[in-house]
Amino acid sequence: MSFSVTEPSKGTKWLAGALVIGYACITLVPLLWIIATGFKSPTDSIAYPPVVVFEPTLEGYVNLFTERTRATPDMLEAAGEPQTWYDEIVRERGTVISGPSRYGERFLNSVIIGFGSTFLCMVLGTMAAYAFSRFKVPLKDDLLFFILSTRMMPPIAVAIPIFLMFRNLGLNDTHLGMILLYTAVNLSLSVWLLKGFIDEIPIEYEEAALIDGYTRFQAFYKVVLPQAATGIASTAIFCLIFAWNEYAFAVLLTSGTAQTAPPFIPTIIGTSGKDWPAVAAGATIFLVPVMVFTILLRKHLLRGITFGAVRK
Amino acid sequence: MTLSPMETAAAKTPAPLAKRIRGLSDRTIAWIFVAPTIFLLLAVNIFPLIWTIRLSFTNFRVNRPNNDVEWVGLRNYQRILSDPDVWNTMQATAHFLIWTITLQVLIGFALAFLINKKFKGNDMWTTIIVFPMMLSPAVVGNFWTFLYQPQIGLFNYVIAFFTGADPASFSMIGDVHLAPWAIVIADTWMWTPFVMLICLAGLRSIPDSIYEAAECDRASKWRQFWTITIPMALPFLMLAVLFRGIENFKMFDLVVQLTGGGPGNTTTLTSIDLKREAFEKWRTGYSSAYAVILFVTVFGLASIYVKALNKVKER
Repeated sequence: MSFSVTEPSKGTKWLAGALVIGYACITLVPLLWIIATGFKSPTDSIAYPPVVVFEPTLEGYVNLFTERTRATPDMLEAAGEPQTWYDEIVRERGTVISGPSRYGERFLNSVIIGFGSTFLCMVLGTMAAYAFSRFKVPLKDDLLFFILSTRMMPPIAVAIPIFLMFRNLGLNDTHLGMILLYTAVNLSLSVWLLKGFIDEIPIEYEEAALIDGYTRFQAFYKVVLPQAATGIASTAIFCLIFAWNEYAFAVLLTSGTAQTAPPFIPTIIGTSGKDWPAVAAGATIFLVPVMVFTILLRKHLLRGITFGAVRK
Repeated sequence: MTLSPMETAAAKTPAPLAKRIRGLSDRTIAWIFVAPTIFLLLAVNIFPLIWTIRLSFTNFRVNRPNNDVEWVGLRNYQRILSDPDVWNTMQATAHFLIWTITLQVLIGFALAFLINKKFKGNDMWTTIIVFPMMLSPAVVGNFWTFLYQPQIGLFNYVIAFFTGADPASFSMIGDVHLAPWAIVIADTWMWTPFVMLICLAGLRSIPDSIYEAAECDRASKWRQFWTITIPMALPFLMLAVLFRGIENFKMFDLVVQLTGGGPGNTTTLTSIDLKREAFEKWRTGYSSAYAVILFVTVFGLASIYVKALNKVKER
């Protein structure tokens, strides 16, 4: 066994591990609380002292996806026996389902706008990053800095003219408008990250391909793209997460057809006061995919959050 | 930021080789590849910015499109800079910035230092700690209002449990003195992992050989920490502060969901104030001037800071 003076002792490791795990557990509490609240009944969710052990129910999820109206006993009788398990849950509260809620639409909007802008951003970003990485572009450093500086603007500051511009072009509250906007917001990230990834691919591969008679486009398509696949995938996930989480533009520029989930979830209210289980259910469905993506991204996290400035 | 050194090597496609390639010249391809990006950024960033600057010299109001638009010169700027409410907002923002950055740097660095002791499973726990920062600030901020409820909120319950106070006796988001701290706590919970990740990269970049040399010289661990660890990790720490500074100066989503700027104006950060002026009072010209002032402030402070950062790196 080799002995190193820099290797921490067993006791140090144990203590460090205990402190970090302690912090991780505390930091997880709010997230676990969101997930747990989603499965609580309204009474359990506002119980004092807060309950940790409870009988799980899907009422929050049913309330999240449905609109309900209060029903008189006559109406309940006229409606007959509850047909499904979710009918049964709302009947117990003396209500009947009057239709689906808006959550489904809003979630779908988030998916369409998130994936649409990510796709567009990756197409434009990969091309620009490749050009910046491989060719002599005039004013390269200035252009790259310009691309980065677009991130320094507070979203609310650009929102005023964008709001006016979108209104004139008829893009307010449309999917296309939001896709273009999020693409522009994320381009700085994707160009900077992808340039880093493409820089790491040895230029000799392409030179070999060019000598073999490939055109530039073929070399880009058949040599560079496959080599950069991991980088492109992780950049795409970062763009998706940013578009997914974005709130400021969404709340200012969308209100109906193209509204995404983040401005919608806080507006969920129940029949009597805030329906926290339904809010928590909506948040859970919205947040859990991001946690899964975070696990997939763990090797590239640092790069992504620092625009490629720090690499491991 | 000029932190990627590999670009020089990449630009050297041999010219004779390029000539032999069928099809378009490299220069044309470069332009075809870069143009769409630049065009979109000009349309969605620069064009609006110029428009904002133009509007900032007028008394235009979006909700009254038929009013005559008058050129008012610098009057909007004068009114903003002499408005005590704006300075209160700036103070609230400064309080928020200073405390979030201080807490996040202290906790984030401590966590990175501990994780760097390479205990078993440190990768897994790092990923778990990172979760909060990847989530939607608006959705999470909205849920924090639930945790902060007097009586039924989990946060109040835990504080009451440890201090013996009545959980219904204080309201984190309703109390003028507590609300500024409520947003600091939520932001610190969310963004400490960010600082931690950058610090961790900094600590991992320090070669073992330096510590080994210090050990041979019988330098104490305490001394090693202050003369090796801190100076070598400093550029990374400063980078983390830069990122957090810019992000929190722009802060909108988390705080607007948590407190909505209240109670009173105690948590009205600049972005929230700007949103009210622009989209609730519809004072478009005035708020455009406000936006320009904010942008100049961020850009100016960031440039000065980046200069300092480069100096530290050169040392």
